[in-house]
Amino acid sequence: MSEATQDRPGAIHARPVRHPWRWVAVAVIAVFVAMLVSSFVTNEKWNFPYALKIMNFNPVLEGLVKGTIVGTIGAMVLGVFLGVVIGIMRLSTNPVLRGVSFVYTWFFRAIPRIVLLGMLGTGLGFLYPALDIGPLPFSQQFAHWLGLSNDLTFFSLDVNQFSSTIMMGIIGLGLSEAAYMAEIARAGIQSVDKGQTEAAQALGMPAGKTMRRIVLPQAMRVIVPPTGNETIAMVKDTSLFIAIPINTELYYQATAVGTRTLQIMPSYVATTAWYLILCSVLMVGQYFLEKRFGRGFGASGPTQKTRMLSFKGGAGGA
Amino acid sequence: MSTHAKDTLLVHALNVTKAFHGNEVLKGIDMDVSKGEVVCLLGPSGSGKTTFLRCINQLETIDGGRIWVDGDLIGFEDRGGTLHHLTDKAVAAQRRDIGMVFQRFNLFPHMTALENVMEAPVQVKGEKKKDVRERALALLKQVGLEDKPGAYPAQLSGGQQQRVAIARALAMRPKLMLFDEPTSALDPELVGEVLKVMRDLAKDGMTMIVVTHEMGFAREVADRVVFMDGGVVVEQGPPSEVISNPQHERTRSFLRRMRQEEEH
Repeated sequence: MSEATQDRPGAIHARPVRHPWRWVAVAVIAVFVAMLVSSFVTNEKWNFPYALKIMNFNPVLEGLVKGTIVGTIGAMVLGVFLGVVIGIMRLSTNPVLRGVSFVYTWFFRAIPRIVLLGMLGTGLGFLYPALDIGPLPFSQQFAHWLGLSNDLTFFSLDVNQFSSTIMMGIIGLGLSEAAYMAEIARAGIQSVDKGQTEAAQALGMPAGKTMRRIVLPQAMRVIVPPTGNETIAMVKDTSLFIAIPINTELYYQATAVGTRTLQIMPSYVATTAWYLILCSVLMVGQYFLEKRFGRGFGASGPTQKTRMLSFKGGAGGA
Repeated sequence: MSTHAKDTLLVHALNVTKAFHGNEVLKGIDMDVSKGEVVCLLGPSGSGKTTFLRCINQLETIDGGRIWVDGDLIGFEDRGGTLHHLTDKAVAAQRRDIGMVFQRFNLFPHMTALENVMEAPVQVKGEKKKDVRERALALLKQVGLEDKPGAYPAQLSGGQQQRVAIARALAMRPKLMLFDEPTSALDPELVGEVLKVMRDLAKDGMTMIVVTHEMGFAREVADRVVFMDGGVVVEQGPPSEVISNPQHERTRSFLRRMRQEEEH
């Protein structure tokens, strides 16, 4: 036996390939990091203690929660829901729905968010000071024409007052987001194998249910990662609320403190720190969402590699 | 074929035509299938057998002719001599009684085997989850997968996936089962387990139309073999006649090629 192991190749103890340039890169980066840290410590203008203080000021915290966080959640909920509907419309066999979806995406993708928010915030109240909801379209005009008093209104809204609430910000950013989400949803839906729809149809499942139960859950695998990106972008775009104007918002509040106390740079540091924290939390959330919707495309807790392999097996049906 | 009386007819197809972008795939197919009969469709690829199968449950819409399943005109309603397309809802209702098994299984990958089988009875027929669950477990047992209810399709072999797909179709209690090359995507050693399930199903009296290249299965299980080529039915009859003693040259050359492949 020992003879055999001498003749036949045994276990491999090979030397690894050397990577000297890696160490050079490490050295260069280390120098830069050291310089940065030294500047943080020695340059008092950074004033980190004051930045930390700004981060914990009550108006800043209020702006963070009531403006930035609530605004992000609201706009994304509206954007995802509306976007999925518009994405499905885009794939409809009904040419009218397809057209509406196309025009919507074209319009809202073309408009900068800051312009849209400004238009909604100031323009809407100027054009339509009151929003009345009656029993019929044009009921106001009909009532006027027939000489009746307009007592048909169910519900009336003071637009000027409404304009400066977070709701207007959510609507503005949500409408804009829906245009992007529509494209993401469309790509997700189209990524699902046509055989899935056929299998559901062959079981007698109606189209709506096929979309909700079979296609969308699988499309989510493709939809979730870019939606995570969109959410992170949305966190930052809530800083545009000032165009409405809504000032209960992180960036405005933090820089307002900075301007008042002449501590401009610490106020930016405070803002940056909060945005970093928010985005870190979102990345963790995204990880768990991706795991949830990757169900059936790999065993639990797989590495990226095995995940891709088993995905191949599932979708290819090999 | 003539032994089956008219009142036991389940599928009645007359002069069915279908073209894709001007390319005529079905050129007037006539076919009758009686209750409890097992019919195998044979023929080279591109002969239209899969298309014909898909026309029966309206995954394709026919251009001409008529198909009736259990007396119902498929896809259309005849109102005083004028045909009207059925609504999506009515189409879905017609499909409920027709089970289909696909070449590439098409199991729902985000659901377990049990959930796959339970999905349609619960979501389409609105049956109680508890009742369906029992039936689904029994069906998984019938296809030999009683130990796999919690497995996702990606965790199952091709043969196991196809057996779940058969159980899923059976859960709707169909009158008719359509099989579209059910073993063509399988590794050779997994073909047998799927054919066994199908053989049992035939023995239980299920009406089946099977598009297949498995000559052994056709010879052993089919009541009738239909040989198609170029969008027409070339010849049909009991397997003992069509496979063992084909009358047409096209049938003979096809069978010759199949035999050569099997030997390899």
